[in-house]
Amino acid sequence: MTASFRDRLASRQLLIALLALAVLLTLPLWVSAYILGVLTIAYYFGVFAMSWDLLFGFANEVNFGPTFLIGSGAYAAGLLNSQGVPLWACLIAGAVAALLGGVVLAVPALRLTGPYFGLATLVAVLLLQQFIIIFAGTTGGEIGLTMNDILSTEATTNYWYALAFMIVSGVILLVLSRSPVGLILQASGQDRIGASALGFNVVKHKLAAFCISAVFSGLAGAMLVFYLGTASVGTVVDVAVGVQVIIAAVLGGRRTIVGAAIGAIFLILAGEALRPLGQLSTFVVSGVALLVILFSVDGLMGLLRRRREES
Amino acid sequence: MLVVQILIDGFAISALYGLGAVGFTLMFGVSGVLNLAHGATMVVAAVTAWVVAGQLAASPWIAAIAGTAAGVVMAFATYFLVVRPIQRSKSVPETEKEIFVLTGTLLWGIMIQEAVAYFYTDTPKSVRPLISGVMQIGGVRTPTNELLIAVICWTVIGLLWLLVNRSKAGKVLLAASINPRGLTVLGFELSSVYLSVWAIYGVLAGIAGVLLATFLGASSAQASQLTASAFSIVVLGGLGSVSGSLLAAYVVGYLETLTAYLISPTYRSVPALVLLVLVVYVRPRGLLGRR
Repeated sequence: MTASFRDRLASRQLLIALLALAVLLTLPLWVSAYILGVLTIAYYFGVFAMSWDLLFGFANEVNFGPTFLIGSGAYAAGLLNSQGVPLWACLIAGAVAALLGGVVLAVPALRLTGPYFGLATLVAVLLLQQFIIIFAGTTGGEIGLTMNDILSTEATTNYWYALAFMIVSGVILLVLSRSPVGLILQASGQDRIGASALGFNVVKHKLAAFCISAVFSGLAGAMLVFYLGTASVGTVVDVAVGVQVIIAAVLGGRRTIVGAAIGAIFLILAGEALRPLGQLSTFVVSGVALLVILFSVDGLMGLLRRRREES
Repeated sequence: MLVVQILIDGFAISALYGLGAVGFTLMFGVSGVLNLAHGATMVVAAVTAWVVAGQLAASPWIAAIAGTAAGVVMAFATYFLVVRPIQRSKSVPETEKEIFVLTGTLLWGIMIQEAVAYFYTDTPKSVRPLISGVMQIGGVRTPTNELLIAVICWTVIGLLWLLVNRSKAGKVLLAASINPRGLTVLGFELSSVYLSVWAIYGVLAGIAGVLLATFLGASSAQASQLTASAFSIVVLGGLGSVSGSLLAAYVVGYLETLTAYLISPTYRSVPALVLLVLVVYVRPRGLLGRR
């Protein structure tokens, strides 16, 4: 690929991105509040998937427990809010709680690799879920925790909050992944020994990636519960939610950040569009995701890129 | 009284856990695949047995055979539709095959689980016990079926041990788990070795699923939980170690039964999870793991 061609490709990517952004920004003018509500949830999911992609796509660590981070943030924010702490402080507390939870989990877990790291993170989710159910008196257990405050009652305002949050997080994560730090992460993910032989502190970089992933997941989790008005195991902690985040990131295309957001939006919209199918909708969505993985390894972003290269 | 009760219940549950986990660990040891559709395979076997026993009014034994056969069919479907295409794909980098197999089997498991829930709802399905009646053991009334389950589990595990350690086909499997390339140099076809592993895996998971249905009942909603418990038992015992998995199955089974009887059924799975975290941190290769 020559330099000029790559420049053209990059400028074209930028053009497409700006075009997509313009469409998203004007959406409240011509779609119903119902669709805005669905998209709001999809955007928060986009942040979940993007932070997961930073850890998996770049550091090559399979975090089976994204909902440990999301849930820690969501429940920390929710519990403080029920004590009368103002909303903005709860959001910050959510991010901090997820960061702390992330460090506690990651420091020992990052000594492990492959399936062991995955399992440690999966077990963390199961434990968090058990504790929420056991301390049902304070956490609301399986029924959930009702918030005192919510972000807004206006569908459009909520939409703006979610969109702005997704774009800001996306830009930060994207810049980070393209920076030297992102390259070191990628190198240590692909060849741990090689990267450390070059003098990079692999564990430190992976820990940093985990912390960044935790902050964004926790903040997004906290914002999601303040949008929904309730925090429940089924929406922010359950393993099934984590699985959906993973599917979204892999479906969109690993190692792209943007792809993860696209995958998440696609997944939530598809789930909503297929609602008339009832129980079969999950079947169809998982089936589509499986086909994408089998036939286009790089996900939806890979499909787009291939089409562009052919034309 | 309570002690005897805990001993008996724990023994039966642990035997069932062990049978479920042995197939999972054998699969990983020989072909390096962690099959996250494991729970779905067990559920398919259980629901098939339920359909044959209930709607076709067949005897429990015929239903059990049909359920086991369904487990084998499901295992082959997983291999041919999901695992093999990923393993043979040229566009998936070699280092990422493992994670793609994980994601692929995870999605496949969800699809099966949803399909079962759609056709047969997700209420727990109980199959009539293979043997009816109750026995008195040490003053505790125990369903005969509970003992039969433990006996069947241990018989199957014993047969598996004989197959792997005493037959030629089993030695080929062992060799494949130690050095696959060496095996191909000796003129063995690896793909047929993998086929036989999937067949054995299907039988094991199928029997475990059917027995679960006669004991506690099985529902499609449990599929991911079944996978998670098999995965944890296998990691606790050491990935790829069959005896480690059996030991871990008993540790987990008794821990859960003890907690359920002595503290509260709500806390049932907590001590086992905490133990798992500790073992993974302190001794990542598991109780009896290699390496």
